[in-house]
Amino acid sequence: MFGKLSLAAVPYHDPIAMSAVVGSILLGIAVVALITYYRKWTYLWTEWLTSVDHKRIGIMYIVVAAVMLLRGISDAILMRGQQAVAVGMSQGFLPPDHFNQIFSAHGTIMIIFVAMPFLSGLMNIVVPPQIGARDVAFPFLNSLSFWLTVAGGLLVMLSLGLGEFTKAGWSGYTPLTEMQYSPGTGVDYWLWAFQIAGMGSLLTSINFIVTIMRMRTPGMKLFHMPLFVWNSLCTSILILFAFPVLTAALAMLSLDRYLGMHFFGTTHGANTMMYVNLFWMWGHPEVYIVILPAFGVFSEVTATYSGKPLFGYTSMVWSTIAITVLSFAVWVHHFFTMGAGPDVNLFFGVATMIIAVPTGLKIFTWLLTMYRGFVRFDSPMFWTVGFITTFVIGGMTGVMLAAPPADFVLHNSLFLIAHFHNVLIPGALFGYFAGFTYWFPKAMGFRLNEKWGKRAFWGWLIGFYLAFMPLYFLGFMGMPRRMAHYANEAWHPLLLVAALGTAAISFGLLSQIIQMYVSIRDRHVSRDLTGDPWNGRTLEWATASPPPVYNFARIPEVHGRDPFIEMKEQGTAYQRPEKYEDIHMPKNTACGFILGMAAFVLGFALIWYIWWLAVVSVLAMLVTIVVRAYDDDIHYILPAAVVERTENERFRRLAAAGGPASPPFPRS
Amino acid sequence: MKQKHGRWYTAVQALRTRLLRSRCLTATLAALTSLLAGCSELVLFNPKGPVGEIERFIILTAFALMLVVVLPVIAMAVWFTRRYRIGGGKEHEYLPKWSYSRNIELAIWLIPTVIVTALVALIWNSTYRLDPYTPIESTAKPVIIEAVSLDWKWLFIYPEENIAVVNELVFPSGVPLAFRLTSDTVMTSFFIPQLGSQIYAMAGMQTQLHLLAHNPGSYFGQNQQFSGTGYAHMTFEALATSPEEYSAWLDKLRQSPEALDMGRYEKLAKPTSGYPVTYFSSVAPDLFNLIIGKHCPKHEPEDSPGPRDQREPEDGSRAMRGEYSFKP
Repeated sequence: MFGKLSLAAVPYHDPIAMSAVVGSILLGIAVVALITYYRKWTYLWTEWLTSVDHKRIGIMYIVVAAVMLLRGISDAILMRGQQAVAVGMSQGFLPPDHFNQIFSAHGTIMIIFVAMPFLSGLMNIVVPPQIGARDVAFPFLNSLSFWLTVAGGLLVMLSLGLGEFTKAGWSGYTPLTEMQYSPGTGVDYWLWAFQIAGMGSLLTSINFIVTIMRMRTPGMKLFHMPLFVWNSLCTSILILFAFPVLTAALAMLSLDRYLGMHFFGTTHGANTMMYVNLFWMWGHPEVYIVILPAFGVFSEVTATYSGKPLFGYTSMVWSTIAITVLSFAVWVHHFFTMGAGPDVNLFFGVATMIIAVPTGLKIFTWLLTMYRGFVRFDSPMFWTVGFITTFVIGGMTGVMLAAPPADFVLHNSLFLIAHFHNVLIPGALFGYFAGFTYWFPKAMGFRLNEKWGKRAFWGWLIGFYLAFMPLYFLGFMGMPRRMAHYANEAWHPLLLVAALGTAAISFGLLSQIIQMYVSIRDRHVSRDLTGDPWNGRTLEWATASPPPVYNFARIPEVHGRDPFIEMKEQGTAYQRPEKYEDIHMPKNTACGFILGMAAFVLGFALIWYIWWLAVVSVLAMLVTIVVRAYDDDIHYILPAAVVERTENERFRRLAAAGGPASPPFPRS
Repeated sequence: MKQKHGRWYTAVQALRTRLLRSRCLTATLAALTSLLAGCSELVLFNPKGPVGEIERFIILTAFALMLVVVLPVIAMAVWFTRRYRIGGGKEHEYLPKWSYSRNIELAIWLIPTVIVTALVALIWNSTYRLDPYTPIESTAKPVIIEAVSLDWKWLFIYPEENIAVVNELVFPSGVPLAFRLTSDTVMTSFFIPQLGSQIYAMAGMQTQLHLLAHNPGSYFGQNQQFSGTGYAHMTFEALATSPEEYSAWLDKLRQSPEALDMGRYEKLAKPTSGYPVTYFSSVAPDLFNLIIGKHCPKHEPEDSPGPRDQREPEDGSRAMRGEYSFKP
């Protein structure tokens, strides 16, 4: 009846796991109680959970990313804590199997359930208004993508209290993940969480490629698009080509595990290294999938806060395209030590180094955008300059790792760990934080508190250096990654410093939580009545904050780059149309939510071998899809009168605020 | 590894020669090397063999070359932040429309290109030279060692001596070591940081590694690829000795009462953590190839090339890459 599932799956014996479980359950009960107390269930269901509005879906994506970030950082604190004490005679507080689960969960969560939802959230909030569109191309698909991501995240969270998570690393190398070596449910949790969330990402990419290619406002040519849109397009293309490889690799691994096939095992002509190849054929583009949107953010932020157009727009676009193409030709650098010949290694080493050229160009471009500008140093610029100065170090160590002879001693050491955190934390996370602060008033209608924003930045920056610079040296000292325990006393002092770094990062994270609280508390003071709090350059600032459901009452027409600056200069920015028109909008639907939850149940059933439940959830999915496919009543018409009322209200607020924001620096 | 080279290759070589003769680079490297060698715990900067020495050179040269871009970027970031921020004090020109300069754009494409070209020149030869499959040139006859990774211990077989040892590696210094590696469990990576390169050991496959220690000494060896529960304890001592000590050690092993026959091997292969150093005075014939054959039944013991590797190295021996050796 319940497959492999029994009460023994609950980790009663493990105080650390149990406190996490109890904490999560209490937090969940508190949230449910609050919603019930304020009678918000209907509101939540009709306005959010069933919403197909890209702005709402974007906000929900970022909420998911934030929750998972807390979990990912808790894992990081436990790992650093363990390595700070587990030296010599001391075994630390985590047995190896628990430690192994924690680092596996940390990697999986940070990449798939923090970076991916965060970037999807930013893309959802920003891309449609930046291209002057009213929604994405396929609003229902967008909702489905989101709920598939949630389903994956729920599986990871569930593994905390029911069974275990994978102990084989986030990359799930075979043959360690084969049934023979990992018979537990952990690998299955990882497998289905990855697989389901990956499907969501794949659908998102299709949605955004179509949106960007087909739904740009009249006059917006490809080379007029804001850099964030360019980067979102390239990321979507990368997802479209990379994720199917992952899907296939995971599907083959599932066949190995569930049906005893031999794709990646060690016998019957199976090939373990094929998995490693396929994984990184997705895995390396994945690095650029998470980094490119952040590069887009930095481009927008630097231009806006410097009061200048982005320097070298065309070069910037081509460098992004170059990275997109090249990122598919470097995957072998993750395993130079496999024993492939020097010809192979040299090809992939050189290809990797070549990526440093377009990336280096980008760095100079951002710097030159600041050159002779009037740079407002708000917290998004803090994140940007922090990124530039830190990321170049990560780029430098990346080039060192790309040299096959150097990689032969640095591979799988803490040097590698330091390198990819040095690229991903400033490169992706700082960018998301900058974008989060920059577009927060657009999404929510009020600004974030600057004081706590800057404190958060210093916590993260100092914490980053403390936590990861020692890891470079530990790599030179020969320390491998993923050690639950070590005997070498010489490694201990630097690991203590690294643990101190997590404390500083925790301070940064705590500052962000306080920032959120303070900002919500002071929202009436910091409200953005103009829709354009930073003297923006692109179309998303041309509408209200938060934008009405239709984004633009009249679709704007553009003639070049930075269209909103042009409109402001020509005095056409806040013109009312002569006449408002009816607007077609997509209706909310519960189908995305139901499909996502059915996918969650399917994953759960497959993990625990509850076959009847798997069949039921697949049937539920099929029925939902058929019902949805036959539903022709999926649009509604927003009457012109309602649009007019909404717009009048906006202009009234604008007038009350004393007209459009005046730029805080002189114009030439 | 002599090959016929094109014009592009010659240009790269010229650049490389220039690079290596550059006084600035040499001085930086010398300073860096002495600074880092001062801390004996930084084992990668205190290599004890020729492989590690070249790898140290590559790491430091790549580091110095990248500084050519990294330092100006950091300096520019600090400078522009101070100079152009609102409220930064000084008056400055404001160019609200400036976004294009052909020459500057050309420069920012070219500067990274030049650095990367220099780096490529740096790694071109060394990638071939440090191919772990390439034997180390020496007048001495290499010691052949067959390494097998098990859960979670290392088995080293000395086929020429017909002895084997668990979790301890002893070899004469100054003599090339020719490793053949495989795994009877998941993938692992064999690594002695102070001697240089690591290489994966994979079930059903054989990889090769060539190392040499200049001087006698004790170095730590480890598995560098996560392999499950006992991974953190999969370490061993690598002891480079004088020739006399080495033969004394071999004699000690020959005295051992334990013999590594198939039954004993099956017992050894069971997952254990912290397995004590164990000596075996004899080894089941062709054990190493039998272990590969366990996972790959059609394995042919002789050094037949894999299906995708028909390349013949200069030393006349045929290399078998880390891949299946059965013939379809």
